Amino acid sequence: MSEMTAVSGTPGRRTRDLVAAGIGRRYRAERRFRIFGLVAIASALVFMALLFMSIIGKGYSAFVQTEIRLPVAYAVSVIDPDGTRNLDDMRRANYGKLYRDGIQSLFPDVTSRQDRRVLNGLVSSGASFQIRDAVFEDQSLIGKSGEIWVPASDDVDMLVKGKIDRNLPESARRVSDQEIAWIDALEKDGRLATRFNWRFFTNGDSREPELAGIWGAVVGSFLTMIVTLALSFPLGVATAVYLEEFAPKNRWTDIIEVNINNLAAIPSIVFGLLGLAVFLQFFGLPRSAPVVGGLVLTLMTLPTIIIAARVSLKSVPPSIREAALGLGASKMQMVTNDVLPLAMPGILTGTIIGMGRALGETAPLLMIGMVAFIVDIPGGFHDPATVLPVQIYIWADSAERAFVERTSAAIMVLLTFLIIMNAAAVFLRGKFERRW
Amino acid sequence: MKRTLAVAALVTVAFAGAAEARDQIRIVGSSTVFPFASKVVEQFGKTTSFKTPVIESTGSGGGFKLFCAGVGVDHPDITNASRAIKKSEIETCAKNGVAKITEITIGYDGIVVADSKKGPEFNVSRKDLFLALAKTVPDPKGGDKLVPNPYKTWKDVNASLPANEIEVLGPPPTSGTRDAFTELVMDHGCEEFPFIKAMAKTDKKAFKAACQAIREDGAYIEAGENDTLIVNKLVENPKALGIFGYSFLDQNADKIKGAHIDGIAPTFENISSGKYPVSRPLFFYVKGEHVGVIPGIKEYVAEFTSEAAIGADGYLPQIGLIPLPADKMKSVKDAGKALTVNVK
Repeated sequence: MSEMTAVSGTPGRRTRDLVAAGIGRRYRAERRFRIFGLVAIASALVFMALLFMSIIGKGYSAFVQTEIRLPVAYAVSVIDPDGTRNLDDMRRANYGKLYRDGIQSLFPDVTSRQDRRVLNGLVSSGASFQIRDAVFEDQSLIGKSGEIWVPASDDVDMLVKGKIDRNLPESARRVSDQEIAWIDALEKDGRLATRFNWRFFTNGDSREPELAGIWGAVVGSFLTMIVTLALSFPLGVATAVYLEEFAPKNRWTDIIEVNINNLAAIPSIVFGLLGLAVFLQFFGLPRSAPVVGGLVLTLMTLPTIIIAARVSLKSVPPSIREAALGLGASKMQMVTNDVLPLAMPGILTGTIIGMGRALGETAPLLMIGMVAFIVDIPGGFHDPATVLPVQIYIWADSAERAFVERTSAAIMVLLTFLIIMNAAAVFLRGKFERRW
Repeated sequence: MKRTLAVAALVTVAFAGAAEARDQIRIVGSSTVFPFASKVVEQFGKTTSFKTPVIESTGSGGGFKLFCAGVGVDHPDITNASRAIKKSEIETCAKNGVAKITEITIGYDGIVVADSKKGPEFNVSRKDLFLALAKTVPDPKGGDKLVPNPYKTWKDVNASLPANEIEVLGPPPTSGTRDAFTELVMDHGCEEFPFIKAMAKTDKKAFKAACQAIREDGAYIEAGENDTLIVNKLVENPKALGIFGYSFLDQNADKIKGAHIDGIAPTFENISSGKYPVSRPLFFYVKGEHVGVIPGIKEYVAEFTSEAAIGADGYLPQIGLIPLPADKMKSVKDAGKALTVNVK
C-alpha cells in the first residue's frame, strides 16, 4: 500500500521512466531470441544439407551401370538342342555358355583355363538371364547372331566408376592388372559404357549388386501401405468421431483417451511382438506377408490418426454444430454433412503423416518375418515381401562394395516418397483448410 | 456403408488363405551363412521352375528356435548355422516332432582380427588376444591369482606389439561370430596358463568366467551385427582393431589388413588348409519331415551341395566361403543327395 502511494506521487513520469529504462534491454532480449531461433533453423538446415549431400554424393552413381556390348551367337545347339521349341526345356538351356563364348570371342588370344575364368568374370552372371529373356521375347533370334548390352560385374563397375583406385598396388585391389587391361581394351572398342541402370528400378533383390533392384521392396511397401490405409483410416476416423461427438464424458472415456495417447508413444518393436503373437501364432497368417505387415503398422498408425482427427474435429467451431442441429439435422447428419467435411483436411494431413511414419518403419516388421531376402516380386497380399527401409538395411549390411551406392540410392527413393507424401499433406492443408 | 463393406472385404481377404499350403521353401538362421545361402537361393530360383525360397537372417540360435518349433507349413524347412546344433536344441526339436534332421557342412569361415591399412602390423598370439580382451587376467606381477585387466596398450601385453591403446570393435554376445571367437581364441589363450587350466577340473564355472568374460571397461566395443560398420570405423580410426568374418576382409582388401594370429596370415589358402587357427565350419540343417511335402527342398539341397556352388571354383568361394577339402566334399554331397538323418 505504501509503495502505491509512493508511485502515485508522480505517476506519469515514473512509469515512462521505467519503460524507457527497460526498453533497450527488451529490444536486446528480443533480438537475442530471434538469433537463437535463426541459429536453430540454420543448424537444422546445415545438418539436413550434409545428410542429403552425403547420400546423394554416394548414391547418384547407382543410377548408372557399366555395361558391356557382347556379340552373341544364339546357337540352336545350345538353346534348343532337341529342336522341340519346348519353352520349359529352353528355360533350362545353358545361356551362360552364350555370353562366355561372346566375351571370349573378343579376346581370342586368352587360352588358359584360369585366364578364361577371370575373363568370364568381367561379365555379370546375370547376362545369361538377359540373353534368355531376349530369346524368349523374340524367338526368331535363335540361329542368328547379334549384339547385346549386358551388365558388367560389380568389380568392373566399381573400377569404372572410380570407386576402386587403379593406382593402388595390385595386391590391394580386387581387380588385377590383367583385368584392367581387358577393361581398357573394351572401352577403346566402344564395347564398354555406363548406361542408365533400369534394373535398379525393375528388379527384385539380388546378391549380385549389379542385378539388385528395389522394385520388389517398392511393391511390398505399396501393398503394406494399402492394407494399413484401408484399415487405419476408417477405424481411426470412426474412433475419433465417436469420442469427440457422441461419447459421454466420464471415467471410461478418460481411460480410453489416456490409453490412446499412451499407444502413440509405445516403441514400434512392441507392435511387432504383438503382431507375432496375435496375427501369426493365433490367427495363423503367413509369415513375411504384406497383409500382416499392414495389420501391424495399422496398430502403430491408429493412435496418430485418432489424435490428429480429434484435434481437427475439435477445431470445427460449435456454432456449425448448433446451426445444423437448429435447422433440424439429426446428430449423425450434422457429423457426416457438416463437421466431418470441414475437419477432413486436418484428418487427411494426420493420416498422411502417420502413413509416412509407417512407410519408414522396420522394427515391427522384423518380428513378423518381413526382414528377409526375397527375390521374387510379390504378387499379392499373401506373398512374401519386404519393404523399402528393410531393403536399405539388408544392403547396408552386405560386404560387396557396390552395395554402398545402392544403399544410398534406395535411401534417395525412400526419401522421395516421404517428401511427396509430406508435400501432399502441406498442399492439402493449404488448399482446403478453413480458418475461423 | 461402402467403407464398412470395403473393410469387411479386406479382413476376409486377410484371413482367408491363412491355411493355404505353402509352395515355397522357407529358410532361417545365421547371418554369417546368409550371404552364401541367399546367393544359392537366387541361383535356384532363376534356374528351376520352383519359386525362389525366402531367407530370413535370424542368427544361428534364433534359427534353431524357429526350426525346432514344429512340423508344418508355419515352420521353416531349413536353418543355416555358423555352429553345430546343440544337444538342448535337438531335444527341443524332438519334443516338437522334428526328428529327421540332416546336417550339411558347406565350408569354412575364418574369423579375422583386422585393422586399417594405415595402422601398424599386428602379429599376435591367441594368448595376447586373451590378455588384451579378458575381463580378468593372471596377475602380471606373478602368482596364481586373477586381477581385473590392467593392460592399457598392446605393448603392455606383449613388448613386441605396438604401443597403441587397446581398442577392439567386435560382435555382441548374441552373435555366432562372438561364440566362435570365444571358443577358438579366448578359451585357447587362457588355457596357456596352467593354473586356469587346472580350474577346469575343480571349478568349471570359475574357469568359464575366467576364460570367456570379455572386459567391459571400454577397450572392447560391441559394434552390433553390422560388419560393414566395423570396417568403416577401422578406416576412420587406424589405431583400432576389428573382429569379423573373412569375407569382409576379402571385399575390403584395399582398406584393411588382417592380423597374423599365432604367426599365420588370414589368407584364403591358410584358412582352407586349416593352418589359420580361428576358423569354423558353416552348416545348414534340413527338416526331413518337410521333404516331399514342400516342393523343391531336394533340388535346393542339390544346388547348394553342387560343385558349381561350393566347389573350389564355385560361386560361393568367389564371395568368401572357404571350400571343404576334397575328401570331406564327397561325404557332404552324398549326405545332400540321400538326405540321411545324421543328427541324433
